[in-house]
Amino acid sequence: MKTIKELDEIRKSVYEKVKTRVGVESKTEKKSILVCGGTGCTSSKSPKIVEELEKGIRERHLEDKAEVIKTGCFGLCAKGPIMIIYPRETFYTMVKPEDVEEILTEDIEKGNVVERLLAKDIETETLAHTLHELGFYKKQHRLALRNCGRINPENIDEYLAFDGYKALEKVLLEMTPSEVIDTVLKSGIRGRGGAGFPTGRKWAFAANVEADQKYVCCNADEGDPGAFMDRSVLEGDPHSVLEAMAIAGYAIGSNQGYIYVRAEYPIAVNRLKIAIAQAKEYGVLGSNIFGTDFEFNIDIRLGAGAFVCGEETALMTSIEGKRGEPRTRPPFPAVKGLFGKPTILNNVETLANIPEIILKGAEWFSSIGTEKSTGTKVFAVGGKINNTGLVEVPMGITLREIVYDIGGGIPNGKAFKAAQTGGPSGGCIPASHLDTPIDYDSLMQIGSMMGSGGLIVMDEDNCMVDIAKFFLEFTISESCGKCPPCRIGTKKMYDILDRITKGLGEEGDIEKLEELAQNIKKSALCGLGQTAPNPVLSTIKYFREEYEAHIKEKRCPAGACKNLVQYKINEEKCKGCSMCARNCPVSAISGEVKSPFKIDPQKCIKCGLCMQKCPFKAIEKK
Amino acid sequence: MAEKKCCCCELNSEKLKRLDQIIEEHKTMEGALIPVLHEAQELFGYLPEQVQQKIATGLGCSLAEVFGVATFYSRFTLEPKGKYNIQVCLGTACYVKGADKVLEKLEQLLGIKAGQTTEDGKFSIQDTRCVGACGLAPVMVINDEVYGKMTPDMVEGILAKYN
Repeated sequence: MKTIKELDEIRKSVYEKVKTRVGVESKTEKKSILVCGGTGCTSSKSPKIVEELEKGIRERHLEDKAEVIKTGCFGLCAKGPIMIIYPRETFYTMVKPEDVEEILTEDIEKGNVVERLLAKDIETETLAHTLHELGFYKKQHRLALRNCGRINPENIDEYLAFDGYKALEKVLLEMTPSEVIDTVLKSGIRGRGGAGFPTGRKWAFAANVEADQKYVCCNADEGDPGAFMDRSVLEGDPHSVLEAMAIAGYAIGSNQGYIYVRAEYPIAVNRLKIAIAQAKEYGVLGSNIFGTDFEFNIDIRLGAGAFVCGEETALMTSIEGKRGEPRTRPPFPAVKGLFGKPTILNNVETLANIPEIILKGAEWFSSIGTEKSTGTKVFAVGGKINNTGLVEVPMGITLREIVYDIGGGIPNGKAFKAAQTGGPSGGCIPASHLDTPIDYDSLMQIGSMMGSGGLIVMDEDNCMVDIAKFFLEFTISESCGKCPPCRIGTKKMYDILDRITKGLGEEGDIEKLEELAQNIKKSALCGLGQTAPNPVLSTIKYFREEYEAHIKEKRCPAGACKNLVQYKINEEKCKGCSMCARNCPVSAISGEVKSPFKIDPQKCIKCGLCMQKCPFKAIEKK
Repeated sequence: MAEKKCCCCELNSEKLKRLDQIIEEHKTMEGALIPVLHEAQELFGYLPEQVQQKIATGLGCSLAEVFGVATFYSRFTLEPKGKYNIQVCLGTACYVKGADKVLEKLEQLLGIKAGQTTEDGKFSIQDTRCVGACGLAPVMVINDEVYGKMTPDMVEGILAKYN
C-alpha cells in the first residue's frame, strides 16, 4: 500500500528515466532499447531478441549504457519484430535475433545507425530514421494506444510515470460520482465495441438504480476475426483498463469488476494478472483506495471460444458459468445484469480512453473527431494491404486516407476492391465510397458499421460472393442455436450462397437472399443474429453484378470460386516444357515436349498446381 | 453422450487428485464451472466423461449441465488431441490471403480433415478463428510455434520437422 505522496515520488523519479520516450530531453546517456512484445512480434521471435540483447549487454558490460524494455504493440505489424532505441528514437524493423550483435556494436557502442534495419517509406522510398518519418504514423493520433510501445506493461511504475492512476485519484478526491458521469457524457464518447452507445448514458442508467451490489464488466472477448485492438491495449497498457474500471465503479457505486477475456490471448491474460497484483500491492485496487472508503476489486474470467459471448447478456451468462446464450432485453443489464444485479459492460478500448478524459477534460476529448463521433478509433488493418497492423485515427478520417496514406495501398499493383468493417456483423465498402468519413453514422448509412475495429482490405482477386459465404459460415458455427431465425435462417442463406458459388445458382436466388435477410434482421433475438445478414446485403448492394455473373453466366469474375474456374494453357506462351504435366496430380495435362500442352477439363480438379509450377506463366484461370 | 471406451484406466491417479484440489479451490466461487473446466482441460488435455462426472459431483451440479457447457464452447474438447496440434487460422485476414488453400494442402498431406486426429495420434488439425497475428497472415500454429506468411508449398517442409 502506497500513500499519495509515495506514488508521486515514484512518478517523479521514474519519469526522469522514461521521458526521452515522449521526446523530452534528458541528461541521461543511457539508451533504452524498446522491443515490441505484442502477439504479432512475439510470433516472429521478439522474445528471443530480448533474450539475446540482455545476454549481450551482460557479456559486454553495457549495463550503464543500455537497458532493454519489452513493450506492447507499436502498430506496424507487417514490419515486425520492431525495435526503437531512445533517445535518438531509431526505428528498426524486421529485426532478427542474429542482428543483435551488430546493433550492440554499431548502435549502442559506437553510436552509428544500422541502416539496413531501417524501414523504407512506401511512398517516398526514403529511409525512415524515426517512426514519425513513416507515412504509416503521420495521420495517426494515439490516444487509447498512448502507452502501447511506450511503457513496459509489466511495470506499474512506468504506467505511473505517465500520470497513471492520477485520474482515479482525481475522481476519488475531487469529484462526485455524478460529476464523473457528467464528464463522460459531455465527452461524447460512444462504445468502441461496435454499436456506439453513449458510454456516459450507460453509466447513468446503472448509477440511478438502487441495489446492494452492482458490477462493472469489461468486454475483452474480442471475437471478430481479423480484429486485435483490444488485445493490443491489454498487452500494451493493462493498467489503463484497470484504472478506468475503478473509475466506473466509483461512478455507478460498485466495488467489484470482472474482465471477460479470450483464453486465446495468453499474453494479455498474463499481463492483466501481473497488473492486478501490482495494483493491489500499491493500493490502487482493493479497499480504502487513496485513503477514502472506496473499495474496488477486479477478477479475470476466461472466455472459452464462443463468439456470441461478445453479446452483453451472453457474456454475463458465461461469467455465471453457464452456456453463453443471450436473453431478451429488457430488463437491460443496467437494471438486471450479472448475477441478477445492475451491471455495466464496457469494451476495452472505450475504457482505455476514460483516464485521459478525466484528466484532460470532456472538451478536449470532444474537440477530436466529429461532432457525433468524438475521439479516435483503433483499427486492425489487414488483408490485401501493404502496412498491415494496428492504427489509431481521429474519427472522421476517410477510408481512402486509411488505405492509401496510412496503409500504403494494395500490394502487387492490384486494384482496391472493397474494405470490410464490422466483421461478421458489418459490410463491405466498395471503391466508390472510399471518401466516406469513418464515423458511426456514416458507416451505418452505407450499409456497414464501425464494429469493433477490424478493417480487412480486399483486392480484385477476392470474390464478394465467396466473402459473404465465408462470413455466414462463421455465423452458422457461432450461432448459439437459441432462436430459430439465426439458427435456421442463416443456414438457409448459406445454402443458397453455397449453390451460387458452385455454379448451381438459380434465377430469383438474390431476391430470396434479400427476403430471408430482412426477416432474420427483424426477428433474431440478439445482435449476432440481427446483424448476421449484413455481409450478404452489403455485397448484394454494391456487387450485384458479381452475384449475377455467378448465377446467370456460371462465371466467377474474380476467379476465386473453384467450381466456376477453368484452367487453360495459353498456346502462345507455352514452351512445351512438360512441367505442368509432371506436376498434375490427376494426369489431366498431356502433350508433346516442345509443343503446347492441353488440359482436359473433364479430369481437371482445379487445384491450381500447374499454374503455380509453370515457369512461363502460360496457364490462365478463367 | 456417445458410447466410448472406458477411460478411467488411462487417467492417472495423481492428476485425478489434482482435479480434486482444483474443485475444492473453486467451490465457493460464483460461476466456478468454466474456470474449473479450463484447468481440468489444461491438466488432462481434454475432458473425458469421468472428469466431467467428477466436476459435476464436486460442484454440485448435474452431468448434463457440465456436458452442456463443455460442448457449447469450442475451446473445450471431449476427445484427446494429437501430439502436435496444428491450428490453421481462418480469420478474415488469413482467409482473404488464401488460408483455405493452406488447410486443404494440410488435409491432403495428413489424410485427415479439420477436427480430426491421425491414427497414430501424432497430428491433429483444427481450423481456428483469428489467432490475432493478422500482420503475418496466413498463419498456422503447431502447438506453440507460429508459422506466418504461409503458402501451400511450405506445408510439407514444415511437417517434415515434426516427423
